[in-house]
Amino acid sequence: MLRYIARRLLLTVPLLIGISLISFLVIHAAPGGPVEMATDLNPKVTAEARERLRAYYGLDQPVHVQYAQWLGRMATLDFGQSFSRDGRQVSEKIGERIPVTLSINVLSMLLIFLVAVPLGIYSAVRKDSWFDRISTVAVFTGFAVPTFWLALLLMILFGVKLGWLPISGLVSLEYDSLGPAAKVWDRTSHLLLPVFVSAFGGLAGFSRYMRSNMLEVIRQDYIATARAKGLPERKVVFRHAMRNALLPFITILGLSVPGLLGGSVIFESIFAIPGLGQLFYQGVMSRDYPLIMGALVIGAFLTLIGNMLADVGYALADPRIRTE
Amino acid sequence: MAAGATSMFRDFLRRLLKNRLAVAGAVVVSFLFVVAAYPSAFARHDPSRIDVRKILEPPSADHPLGTDELGRDVLSRMVHGARISMEVGFVATGIATAIGLVVGLIAGFYGRWVDGVLMRFVDIMLCFPSFFLILAVIAFLGPSIINIMAVIGLTSWMGAARLVRAETLSLKERDFVSAARAQGAGNLRIIFRHILPNALAPILVWATLGVAGAILVESSLSFLGIGVQPPTPSWGNILTAGKDNIEFAWWLSVYPGLAILVTVLGYYLLGEGIQDAADPRLKGR
Repeated sequence: MLRYIARRLLLTVPLLIGISLISFLVIHAAPGGPVEMATDLNPKVTAEARERLRAYYGLDQPVHVQYAQWLGRMATLDFGQSFSRDGRQVSEKIGERIPVTLSINVLSMLLIFLVAVPLGIYSAVRKDSWFDRISTVAVFTGFAVPTFWLALLLMILFGVKLGWLPISGLVSLEYDSLGPAAKVWDRTSHLLLPVFVSAFGGLAGFSRYMRSNMLEVIRQDYIATARAKGLPERKVVFRHAMRNALLPFITILGLSVPGLLGGSVIFESIFAIPGLGQLFYQGVMSRDYPLIMGALVIGAFLTLIGNMLADVGYALADPRIRTE
Repeated sequence: MAAGATSMFRDFLRRLLKNRLAVAGAVVVSFLFVVAAYPSAFARHDPSRIDVRKILEPPSADHPLGTDELGRDVLSRMVHGARISMEVGFVATGIATAIGLVVGLIAGFYGRWVDGVLMRFVDIMLCFPSFFLILAVIAFLGPSIINIMAVIGLTSWMGAARLVRAETLSLKERDFVSAARAQGAGNLRIIFRHILPNALAPILVWATLGVAGAILVESSLSFLGIGVQPPTPSWGNILTAGKDNIEFAWWLSVYPGLAILVTVLGYYLLGEGIQDAADPRLKGR
């Protein structure tokens, strides 16, 4: 098992290099760099000053040299300095945002799991019943709902009309003056809408997936055997069928990381949440090359880790995979 | 041969028409085509006529879906926005399908190291949080409609490539391919005459769902302000105005989103219906 994990870890290195190379080329091939962004509106800037600025950022070198330098720094986990005013380390800027984005995503995955699994199982067991039909239509509708629109509707309902929930940020302005219990509720109430919205998109897909896994498993011979030996239906469904139907689910959870990260740009900008998505959006808008590169590579790295955890989890759960 | 193909198509059509949800999807999609083709027939007002006396008016007889922050008629803007969404959806999916077809056919047919290299490239592309990449590229290249179409297409072809590759791998071992080869058919002839036509059904399904996905991505980009730029109307950028006026004008938020929802749902139902009709064995899965 350890050897398997080690091999998978080694395999991520060339993938990461490929990803960073593509990102680098795409970013640097685009017209208009940070120097132009900073100086275009200022007629007093001389050509010489621009050159100096370009040299300061290291942008005067040919692209392949810049990439080699960047890669060299990456080897020591140095993401470089942000081009923005504050000039802070990129790793620091990203590091303080990741917990926010990650915790919202983990919470929403949990929510997806808790809702989608029972929903999928029940639909599969009662295939073609009214419940199954209604949930199928609901699932398709869920696929089609743009998450940012859902966010707007919920904000209008719970934030504006009813006034029950806050609609932006992670904590209220008066957070520091609140008592301990009020602090917990303050945080929770700020998280309710973002977590629900980010979970909603996945809910439809996962419950559909669970349903079809379940339908697949129920047709297997060992289920017929379990029924034939007189086990109660509950046991057949939850012991024999569900455990096997959950297996492919592990893989999909791992594969959903890039989608969740991409989605974080949208819901973080709607709910004004200071996470990785918002940071990336700001970085893109100000052409902060080191920050963009850092965020893309970290995003890809998280994706690869997600894939790996999924594969390892699958191997742990399913002995048939391990022997291969 | 021709008669066989026609009757197969007729069977396919019959199965498709029996599926009520698929028919509903087809009706929605056709209606959108008509709206996109003749927007002026559905819009009573000029979508870009600003009227400062009518700012943020709630729905009324003259403006069934209200007016926006510049006094423009929301219904007219949505009708014209439909055209943009359909164009982006189709062109982006066309690009993605074309790339996916080429990559998948080459990888599946030639196999060995060609397959290895192409599929590793697909793996790399799948590792990007693609929305991050799209965002970066659009922000750099400028948010023109052409750029949006191209970038969505260039970042969403991987699924099609994997699908086509899998189809090709199984098709190239079939007897009819061996027969064609025995008759002296070259690689290109085998790919285009024998493998491609047999892989078309799953690709059609993929593309139908792809249009829906592209429309969603376009509206998200426009919502974030880096998609279709005002004054050109798009469902996404009307929603931006909805967010900015969330406290006063619910109609700016509700209707454009509903249009996106119904459109995407229409494509999904149609796509699923095509899949079930093309391969009845998989129905209900």
